[in-house]
Amino acid sequence: MKFSEAWLREWVNPPLDSRQLAAELTMAGLEVDAIEPVAADFHGVVVAEVLSVEPHPDADKLRVCQVASGADEPVQIVCGAPNVRAGMKAPLATVGGRIAEMKLKKAKLRGVLSHGMLCSARELGLSDEHQGLMVLPESAPVGTDLRDYLRLNDVIIDVDLTPNRGDCLGIEGIAREIGTLTRTDTTPPQVVSIGIDIPDEFPVQVEAPEACPRYLGQVIRGIDPGAETPLWMQEKLRRGGIRSLGPVVDVTNYVLLELGQPMHAFDLARLSGAIVVRYARPGEQLTLLDERTIEPERETLLICDRDKPLALAGIMGGIDSGIAPTTRDLFLEVACFTPAAIAGKARAYGLATDASHRFERGVDPCLQARALARATALLLEIVGGQAGPVREALSAEHLPGQHDILLRRERIRRLLGFVPDDEQISDILTRLGARLRTHAEGWWVTPPSYRFDLSIEADLIEEVGRVFGYDNLPTASNRGDLIMRPLPETLTPLDRVRTLLVDRGFQEAITYSFVDAAQQALIEPELQPVALRNPISSELAVMRTTHWVGLIGAARHNLSRQQSRVRLFESGLKYIQQETELKQDNYLSGIAVGSLYPEQWGIDNRPLDFFDLKADVEAVLAAVGVEGVFVPGNHSALHPGQTARIRVAGNAVGWLGRIHPGLAQKLEIPAQSCLFELDLKILHQGTLPSFENLSRFPSIRRDLAIVVSVETPVGDLRDAITARAGAALKDLAVFDVYQGKGIESGRKSIAFGLILQDSSRTLTDEDVDRVMTDVTRQLEDQFGATLRE
Amino acid sequence: MDALAVLERRARGAIARAGDLRALDDIRVQYLGKKGLLTEQLKQLGKLPAEQRPQAGQAINVAKRCVQEAVEARKAELQNEALQAQLAAERIDVTLPGRGQHSGGLHPVTRTLARIEQLFAGMGFESIEGPEIEDDYHNFEALNIPAHHPARAMHDTFYVDAHRVLRTHTSPVQIRVMEQRKPPFRVIAPGRVYRCDSDLTHTPMFHQVEGLLVDENVSFADLKGLLDDFLKHFFERSDLGVRFRPSYFPFTEPSAEVDIECVMCAGDGCRVCGQSGWLEILGCGMVHPNVFAHVGIDNEAYTGLAFGLGVERLTMLKYGVNDLRLFFENDLRFLQQFR
Repeated sequence: MKFSEAWLREWVNPPLDSRQLAAELTMAGLEVDAIEPVAADFHGVVVAEVLSVEPHPDADKLRVCQVASGADEPVQIVCGAPNVRAGMKAPLATVGGRIAEMKLKKAKLRGVLSHGMLCSARELGLSDEHQGLMVLPESAPVGTDLRDYLRLNDVIIDVDLTPNRGDCLGIEGIAREIGTLTRTDTTPPQVVSIGIDIPDEFPVQVEAPEACPRYLGQVIRGIDPGAETPLWMQEKLRRGGIRSLGPVVDVTNYVLLELGQPMHAFDLARLSGAIVVRYARPGEQLTLLDERTIEPERETLLICDRDKPLALAGIMGGIDSGIAPTTRDLFLEVACFTPAAIAGKARAYGLATDASHRFERGVDPCLQARALARATALLLEIVGGQAGPVREALSAEHLPGQHDILLRRERIRRLLGFVPDDEQISDILTRLGARLRTHAEGWWVTPPSYRFDLSIEADLIEEVGRVFGYDNLPTASNRGDLIMRPLPETLTPLDRVRTLLVDRGFQEAITYSFVDAAQQALIEPELQPVALRNPISSELAVMRTTHWVGLIGAARHNLSRQQSRVRLFESGLKYIQQETELKQDNYLSGIAVGSLYPEQWGIDNRPLDFFDLKADVEAVLAAVGVEGVFVPGNHSALHPGQTARIRVAGNAVGWLGRIHPGLAQKLEIPAQSCLFELDLKILHQGTLPSFENLSRFPSIRRDLAIVVSVETPVGDLRDAITARAGAALKDLAVFDVYQGKGIESGRKSIAFGLILQDSSRTLTDEDVDRVMTDVTRQLEDQFGATLRE
Repeated sequence: MDALAVLERRARGAIARAGDLRALDDIRVQYLGKKGLLTEQLKQLGKLPAEQRPQAGQAINVAKRCVQEAVEARKAELQNEALQAQLAAERIDVTLPGRGQHSGGLHPVTRTLARIEQLFAGMGFESIEGPEIEDDYHNFEALNIPAHHPARAMHDTFYVDAHRVLRTHTSPVQIRVMEQRKPPFRVIAPGRVYRCDSDLTHTPMFHQVEGLLVDENVSFADLKGLLDDFLKHFFERSDLGVRFRPSYFPFTEPSAEVDIECVMCAGDGCRVCGQSGWLEILGCGMVHPNVFAHVGIDNEAYTGLAFGLGVERLTMLKYGVNDLRLFFENDLRFLQQFR
């Protein structure tokens, strides 16, 4: 809501400057977004009359004018405006004056002296239009300072109203608010009551009283089609952000800005039979003022006549029945449409109008008669004509009503932590327009009809607090019961895992939850992602079923910016629709590409591979306190020979692998990139440490080198050794893997180190030999292993 | 006894000339060994007259002891030289960088979230999560935002289907907590939220932290105290100006916006605060009775406070980041500034 400060001061004029006024509004919840001057910063500009216009001797487009500026003698002005003519009145920037940074001096234009400059509205910051000189009314007194004449020592205050404050979408509402906040009385403008000159009426028939409980209509005949909107009204409209569109529409807009009541003027000659307020019928069409033709939905409320739809009720008029230059007779509509009838409708047609904005938030159901009287009085004054009687269609039972609300002192204290004095409370509510009756615990409050947002006790408490001033309310120091929260030790905080990865050289990333459908389909073609109905772009159109899309994108972003080494991880939800259930679970994922270590001296650096990233994943699993098992697996995004499914306690919890070279090529990242993913439910699956007695007896190490088929997973060999060696085996290391010269092709050599120990005695050579023999035989039988010579 | 003195002088000379331990040991054996030159002198005592023997024997022993001591002293000297040589040889350039993996860093948003969570955890707030694809009921309806409510237009909602949206705020987690548990509550809900808006100052995804405290006697004064305290601690400025301004959220009544004194210009007015000296930092209020009604909490027995913080905004102010979009580009040159 934009408005002129001067206009507000006609209603209420507390002893505060513009800044203080704005601060009052802001601190009462009517946030002032901007305070702007209503015109450019200029002085020395006066109302002038062009006395004569002669051609310039040396320039086709310039004219030499004699101009009366209030000085004793006319001054000579050279002017290039196409609309300059003798007899017109226009602003003159006089010598010695200033417009913004430009100082006016005598100047020769193509050899002819000009004593100043005739100005356009744009040059004075009064309009964006640039169609020549600003035309001032004939009545404008020559020589008057333009700032005084147009009352330009004013500012536009722009208030960002919250949707509950529809009552402040008019000067009257803002004035009431200021009056309450500053305890100043408001003075509404005098409305001259209009006599009824003619008996003409136009019938009104409301078929949807629940949507339109009140409809007022009035006929005005014989308006002057040549009338113009007075400058003061044009200026108030302009300062309120509304363009002048001719006197009839301007008057309706003036009332809209002043009282907050939208209204509409029809050309009476275009109406047939009667006004009918009803819902749309199938197949009906309506061409709106913006020249768009719509086919209204069945639940859309329309203003119709006997034959056809005329307007979208409370939103926008139709082009055929609106005011035209030929209009002589008017039908004025001032209605109360309920918020429920209008809410959402304008949006549905891609519209947002001053009318719909107000009706959606609620227009005072008691305002219509006053608004109509105000409009009619202004119209008769500006365009003339004769008014008929006001016709009202009312359905009192459908009027938005107020019920009384009990406001309890104790409840105020409980909610605000403080209760102002009774006098303060009743003053605040009374100035806001409520009626109060005392009650043993407080008051019965009847809210004013324009406050749609006051329906329960808490609403009134907010009003009391708001007007009293939130900053004046007490601030309590923190208090509350001491609570010791459960601290399950088997639950690992996500922070632990994040910190671990950070310490191992990873950078945390946050990528969008919505991704490009095609890219994701390359990674997980078997999953149908959840799609957005209204994505912001095709690259952000479906919900991620994997973090890898985002991480690969982030890696690519960096690799194409001179980074050769990228290690990123991310945690967050994945969104997977499984038949009827939507799974939204937390995962931890990562990508690593480039050299194992950052570039440095004295280290045998090499490209990172599967096992380097596996060590990171194993570190995560260890930090969480779970035992992970890595088994060969298949994933569309991963290299088929370098993919591990990660299992914990028998459940698949993740993936680790090198990117599939085909995918790497399509996504334009290096084929050496390795990826992992872990289901973060493992954070809940940690195990508590459990103490075991330390053995007092020495441990013995034996090494075992065997040769097996290259196909045999070392994990299986380890499992077999662990199972066969039994309790005596304390630790098992793989210390060498070899393939090549000296080993038969198709086979590989694996070297294990076994640490054996007993808790009750020193193991003898015979004990150890027995274990080793058993293990060797097991490996021979199960895997065809041979001892390496 | 000239011969003895000559012998001793020769031994001393040889010891002084010994260049290493091995040469020194050879000299020791030459003079003091079983067949050493001085040892031989003792063996020849028997040839002397008996009355001269004690005196001669004593002289030889003194000479032996002197040579022995000279050997020891030279040995210590040589050992020290060897150690010095070793230390000199082992000198390294301590200014070379350390070897191994370098550490990475957390995303600045995570850093801020962790800080917020820690501050509230210290006051007994439990951190909980909720779904991001949320149903219309939890995101709007239960928060007192019915269909066609003008407040919905302010939310720029992403729709999944007719009944599901990407949550536009973390407030639906309030509802989920209140549905599942009995008051009192002290929770915060951090997480991602989504608005269908993308320009210089908006990203379609961002982070919020919702807070909810419900108990028998929670008032607006407590809300002011809690948030005032939080903001001062978050920014580590005990003199930080904080103001509460009336506002409107359908799910709180009374509602407030909280402004802090601009941390860039200390309230003098600058580009960041639009010359106002104040920065809008969060929205808050007392839980609306209609919200309590939706989750079956007795509005007469309990009151509650709720608030919602914008994490990116706090992060930008804390670290001076001037472009919101940097948060989701994941450019290492940006991320590595937050180690």
